[in-house]
Amino acid sequence: MSTRDTLFQLLIRLADDHLILGHRLSEWCGHAPILEEDLALANMGLDCIGQARALYALAAEREGKGRSEDDLAYLREERGFRNLLLVERPNRDFAQTMLRQLYFAAFMKPWWAAASQSADADLAALAARAEKEAAYHLRHAAEWTIRLGDGTEESARRMRDAVEELHPYTPELFEADETTMALAAAGLAPDPAALRPEWEATIARVFAEAGLTAPEIRYPLTGGRRGLHTEALGHLLAPMQYLRRAHPGATW
Amino acid sequence: MSAETPLWEVFIRPRNGLSHRHVGSVHAADEVLAIQAARDVYTRRGEGLSIWVVPSAAITASDPDAKGEMFEPAESKIYRHPTFYDIPDEVGHM
Repeated sequence: MSTRDTLFQLLIRLADDHLILGHRLSEWCGHAPILEEDLALANMGLDCIGQARALYALAAEREGKGRSEDDLAYLREERGFRNLLLVERPNRDFAQTMLRQLYFAAFMKPWWAAASQSADADLAALAARAEKEAAYHLRHAAEWTIRLGDGTEESARRMRDAVEELHPYTPELFEADETTMALAAAGLAPDPAALRPEWEATIARVFAEAGLTAPEIRYPLTGGRRGLHTEALGHLLAPMQYLRRAHPGATW
Repeated sequence: MSAETPLWEVFIRPRNGLSHRHVGSVHAADEVLAIQAARDVYTRRGEGLSIWVVPSAAITASDPDAKGEMFEPAESKIYRHPTFYDIPDEVGHM
């Protein structure tokens, strides 16, 4: 595989992560527990979708087959998506939504920081902006995780349930394969495995304040990078892609 | 809700050289979340460079029933307004 194709693979993975998580966050719009958080979730969702757009546009340009960012977002099927299983998990309650954000942002902040030194100037420029957005997502999600974990009996229980449910999806963040290794060797993108110590330190710091314990992971849940998804993704893609598929070529 | 999430008044400094101005209020459990809520509600369009939050309960307000004795005496003192000379543009905001 050429470096160009390898970089395309990486950009699609990253764009899919951000599109799917951004869509999940958008599902809270009008449903969040308080107005302040409704806006905060929508803000974070828009950050993610903005990053996804930039990544799809860059991927489409690198691919050079005339596909647009919309084609990549709306006209691929479930098995074509390469996002992490973590980001497609349903919102369920506010605790799960915040913990999912914490896990992802704690990974993306150092990822973007490292990618801002990428040998690919376009990716480096995109990373420099995205790092600040990820830093705020991390701050926001960490403060809520601490308050819910160290809050009332109910909020603490919901936070513990969220950790139990989502923690097995976290090893996928650090998975290395031919794509990540080739790009790390070429200085184009960070090696995800190398970011694990920083991620674990961040989570340990937040969990210590929140009174939470990271469980031992017996069966890591993985497969998103190969297009093997949980049943949740199809239900997300159906409403997300409906308009584009029902009205091909529509503009607004 | 008000017991767990009290009200905070939000002040934003729009740009260097201008002072913080009251823009509204947010509900939040503590000062850290109040700053985050203020950021998410009131700075979405690049409005601010600095945020202050103050517990609404910490504000002592004048009595609306006393507004006659408080404010009307000033209305007839036109000579207190600095309107009889020009301020040079270079002075900026006053």
